[in-house]
Amino acid sequence: MQGILKKISQINFGLLSPENIRKMSVTKIVTPDTYDEDGYPIEAGLMDPRLGVIDPGLRCRSCGSKGGDCQGHFGHINLARPVIHVGFADTIHKILRSTCSNCGRVLLTESEIAEYKEKIGTKHQNEESINDIVKEIYTVARRDKCPHCDEDKEEIKIDKPVSIVEGNYKLTSSEVRERLEKVNEDDYILMGINPDVAKPEWMVLTVLPVPPVTVRPSITLETGERSEDDLTHKLVDILRINQRLKENMEAGAPQLIVEDLWELLQYHVTTYFDNEASGVPPARHRSGRPLKTLAQRLKGKEGRFRSNLSGKRVNFSARTVISPDPNISINEVGVPEMIAKEVTVPVYVTDWNMEDMKEHIENGPEIHPGANYVIRPDERKIRVYDETKESILEKLEPGYVVERHLMDGDIVLFNRQPSLHRMSMMAHEVKVLPYKTFRLNLCVCPPYNADFDGDEMNMHVFQTEESRAEAKSLMRVQEHILSPRFGGPIIGGIHDHISGAYLLTREGSEFEEDYVYQMIKKSNLPFPEPKNKPWTGKEVFSLLLPDDLNMVYRAEICRKCDECLRQECKNDAYVVIEDGQLISGAIDEKAFGAFSGKILDSIVKDYGTDKAREFLDSATKLAISGIMKRGFTTSTADEEIPQEAKERIEELLNMAEKRVEQLIEAYHNDELEALPGRSLRETLEMKIMQVLGESRDKSGEIAESYFGMDNHAVIMALTGARGSMLNLTQIAACVGQQSVRGGRIERGYSKRTLPHFKEGELGAKASGFVHSSYKEGLDPLEFFFHAMGGREGLVDTAIRTAQSGYMQRRLVNALQDLSVQTDGTVRDNRGIIIQSKYGEDGVDPAKSDYGKVADIDRMIEEMRIKSKAK
Amino acid sequence: MDIKKVTSVVKKKKADFPESLIHEITDASERHELKAKELELLVDEIKKEYERAGVENGEAVGTVAAQSVGEPGTQMTMRTFHYAGVAELNVTLGLPRLIEIVDARKKISTPTMTIYFEENYGTDEEFVRKIANQIGKIVFNDVLKDFNVNYADMSMTVEIDEEKVKEKRLEYDSIIAKIEKAFKKVVINKNLLSFEPTISESKHAIRELRLLADKVHDLQISGVKNIGKVVISKEDVEWVIHTEGSNLGAVLKMEGVDKTRTTTNDIHEIEKILGIEAARNSIIHEAQSTMEEQGLTVDVRHIMLVADMMTSDGTVKSIGRHGISGEKASVLARASFEETGKHLLRASIRGEIDYLTGIIENIIIGQPIPLGTGSVGVIMKARD
Repeated sequence: MQGILKKISQINFGLLSPENIRKMSVTKIVTPDTYDEDGYPIEAGLMDPRLGVIDPGLRCRSCGSKGGDCQGHFGHINLARPVIHVGFADTIHKILRSTCSNCGRVLLTESEIAEYKEKIGTKHQNEESINDIVKEIYTVARRDKCPHCDEDKEEIKIDKPVSIVEGNYKLTSSEVRERLEKVNEDDYILMGINPDVAKPEWMVLTVLPVPPVTVRPSITLETGERSEDDLTHKLVDILRINQRLKENMEAGAPQLIVEDLWELLQYHVTTYFDNEASGVPPARHRSGRPLKTLAQRLKGKEGRFRSNLSGKRVNFSARTVISPDPNISINEVGVPEMIAKEVTVPVYVTDWNMEDMKEHIENGPEIHPGANYVIRPDERKIRVYDETKESILEKLEPGYVVERHLMDGDIVLFNRQPSLHRMSMMAHEVKVLPYKTFRLNLCVCPPYNADFDGDEMNMHVFQTEESRAEAKSLMRVQEHILSPRFGGPIIGGIHDHISGAYLLTREGSEFEEDYVYQMIKKSNLPFPEPKNKPWTGKEVFSLLLPDDLNMVYRAEICRKCDECLRQECKNDAYVVIEDGQLISGAIDEKAFGAFSGKILDSIVKDYGTDKAREFLDSATKLAISGIMKRGFTTSTADEEIPQEAKERIEELLNMAEKRVEQLIEAYHNDELEALPGRSLRETLEMKIMQVLGESRDKSGEIAESYFGMDNHAVIMALTGARGSMLNLTQIAACVGQQSVRGGRIERGYSKRTLPHFKEGELGAKASGFVHSSYKEGLDPLEFFFHAMGGREGLVDTAIRTAQSGYMQRRLVNALQDLSVQTDGTVRDNRGIIIQSKYGEDGVDPAKSDYGKVADIDRMIEEMRIKSKAK
Repeated sequence: MDIKKVTSVVKKKKADFPESLIHEITDASERHELKAKELELLVDEIKKEYERAGVENGEAVGTVAAQSVGEPGTQMTMRTFHYAGVAELNVTLGLPRLIEIVDARKKISTPTMTIYFEENYGTDEEFVRKIANQIGKIVFNDVLKDFNVNYADMSMTVEIDEEKVKEKRLEYDSIIAKIEKAFKKVVINKNLLSFEPTISESKHAIRELRLLADKVHDLQISGVKNIGKVVISKEDVEWVIHTEGSNLGAVLKMEGVDKTRTTTNDIHEIEKILGIEAARNSIIHEAQSTMEEQGLTVDVRHIMLVADMMTSDGTVKSIGRHGISGEKASVLARASFEETGKHLLRASIRGEIDYLTGIIENIIIGQPIPLGTGSVGVIMKARD
């Protein structure tokens, strides 16, 4: 990468004048024929070789460059008669309406003109848009008499897309052009036209620029035929009509025919610019598909801007299925060898890495860590083959660039779509592994929102030193442990990590010393002194914690009893860490889980991200060793409740249903008292929902009382690993009321939910209350209602993703230019101050303590403990 | 430890703390009964933390805020009706509400007001009920005992129910006055009123009668404009009114209403009556409560940035092509967002110049972005 890099400083917009078009064109296009019989492009035709070449191998006639390099050259078509440009039709209409047809001045009094010019002047100074002023001018200037030359003004309407009608007379495009030429130059600015770059008469085209061949390349189908681009087809149409029009005009044909052809020419030029213009039937292929012309190429999600400019396809990227790997660090990604050999990293050869590079080239492209290409200082790329290896090795010297395979330790960008937040794209270190999937540490799944049911992820390899440096210092996974959304950790243990940690550290778990040493070795911790007696889980976990950590909190398994027994807690839920030793309490989600890990949180904030990464790596490995020793499984036996419980639940539900019947009777007998502001029917519904909801909750409580902590499903639910007590309730006791649109099931059949019920039935079962548990099985009616409720959920999710995606796109688009300046203010790219101090206190949410600057209470406590220790 | 003492310690230590932090320190010092020496140590510690937690220069704050507000959107429910708080009113919740707020919709789907009362008035249930009936929409039908339409002799009689009038704390005379103002041909006989429709020749006499009947039925006899149902509930010790529909201007003028706490969820109304700063705070408050209700935590600062961006020009602008995104200075930025053709064509006749200072423009032309790492340039010092 030699040479000085140019910087584009501004882009100016303006209108092309006919003189400009003729000047920049290389040839006049006259014939509508493209190729002749031999397959050569015809001169003065649309595929004229002077317009550019797409075929690699041929040389361009106008600039002399080869196939791939020539950007193409414009041509021009002299239109037999002027044609209005459809995009400007509205503007032309407004101008004609606001100016006098006789003297060409704008229909405003002198004072108004002066006033508006001043306003426009100030807006230009403030760099604001003048759209509102121009709109106002257009409305004010709709007068009947010209204040300058006293001519009357007839009403000018616009018909369909491009016909201007004055009174009853349709103006021809030449007349429109003449009128526009008359408009006084001093008044241009009042109509929003900048006289330096545009003149109104240029909006009516007399010359049509022909885009180069590179803009509308032809495709050769497998059959050998050449298929032309849509634009070429349109230009052929334009040329044909233009020719006919010219011939007819010269031959003196009757008015009508000339006018007809002129209109047809206008139609073709209109659809050439915008095939979706309103009021005009779209031009179609022979197959019936509408053509894709200039406007369609630019607009929309698949258009030039959104699909080729703001976002592009890139080289040096890879994508495959992901699979879990608990043995690699959170910072790392497992890259399959196949990919590592294909995507390369460019390295400049210097005296210090010459030997290394020689080894890479020696390995060649097939053996992993090898090289694929070598780039000479004159920028010629040489492919490394076994045959060419020798010569390359000889010539290798500093200044060459070797494109070597991806190796362990390289930094890459890893991403999963949809990329909703910045943690969807993080930098990882490569670890080349066999087989064909990307391997991901499990803790890092929540920010990507990845699961392993077939998800694919993308990897981008950095090509320059600067980007590698940026990624390594700013974008590594460990830098993103704390989420900017709420200041807490978003990366942490999930599922088995948490149940494993609980099983490891709960009261009563003990391990033999030799197994403890195995666990320590697996977690990469330094070896402690042997104790010569079994270790408790708490002691093992304490090896992870830094020595000056002091913390007290209640774990996730806390039952929130009215009177907290603190350290004597029966559930072992009161966690106390003193000087890095876990004194009491079991470790679960609140310790190092993904969204609420307190220990993880304080380690990141007090000791830095490196230490946090080590902690997380070791803690997860330790937790897994804990669970491996003890074993963990679940089955339907976990949700088994004794007969006595089943009877109690049955009784409870029957009572609830009876109560519902009573309510319905009261409603029918007009005995029900309506709640304020609600109708009787609404009150009934609310009361029924309440009764049924309570009954499900109570039945859940009954079932829960028969579950103990030896039940694996309960362990998972209470520690926060996976699932909740509601899931267990639904499996063991009662599924509960299904709901659609916030209320019970109401619609389905005429005047009732299903034909199995009587008309007007409002009972519990008839409106979707599922009495059975999942274990018992749902009867057909219950199953149907459950399907209705479930379907609503799925449809909800589908709509939600689309709507929230659009909202996110708009938010990002509106706010993306904002940044914090050196003076602490938040300004956008125009320099306008949005906030005088970010967030009113200048605190970064990612570094804050769940929103606050610091947890003052904790600081005071720690301060007091420290001073007491002194 | 009072706030003046804390402020003086903070000033002595030359710590540039924002007011909210000083308040927090004061509260904490009172809770833990700090001594002077402890306070000084605490301020030192907090100063260190504050400096560590500062936002860095060049940080792409806007993008982070937009992502933090937009990303939880996928976790929010679309289900709009859920009896929020007050079990009697329907309020839009979740994602549709957030989209309403961010779009700065002029007409929202469930405008609602919460009316608080001043000290002595708030505990008086009678007073609050009376005001509620004054504000809430009451139609004539709500105070009628009997409503008779006789198609045979083309007449209509209604009977007013005195009980209901008393219940709703309305003035009998004012009702009669309204009736007389609205209908010309009405005969009043104590509680019985009979109406006569203006019979035109056409055979649509029955329809005329029906229309008149509907008009009588739905005549609004009490209530503030735009306000529909009204609900009273007790919160802690005072009585509070929640309304369906919103008319802040009229309600704030009523006697007894606590002007400092009464609010509405219609942001444009707040902008009109209370000003743009109030509108900004209202946006923040509404967005926060919407997210909280769904169980999502989003830091206030992100929402504050969105609100500040929406109100930075003095009026509430929407996010989107009619608001902020449509008014950007750069042609390319606007063209690549929505309405591509329109922006490019207009730019060409205005002769606009795009100075390429924003993000999208630089991505399009392939130059480094003027944010974050790209906001600094490297200068080489000559060797001499």
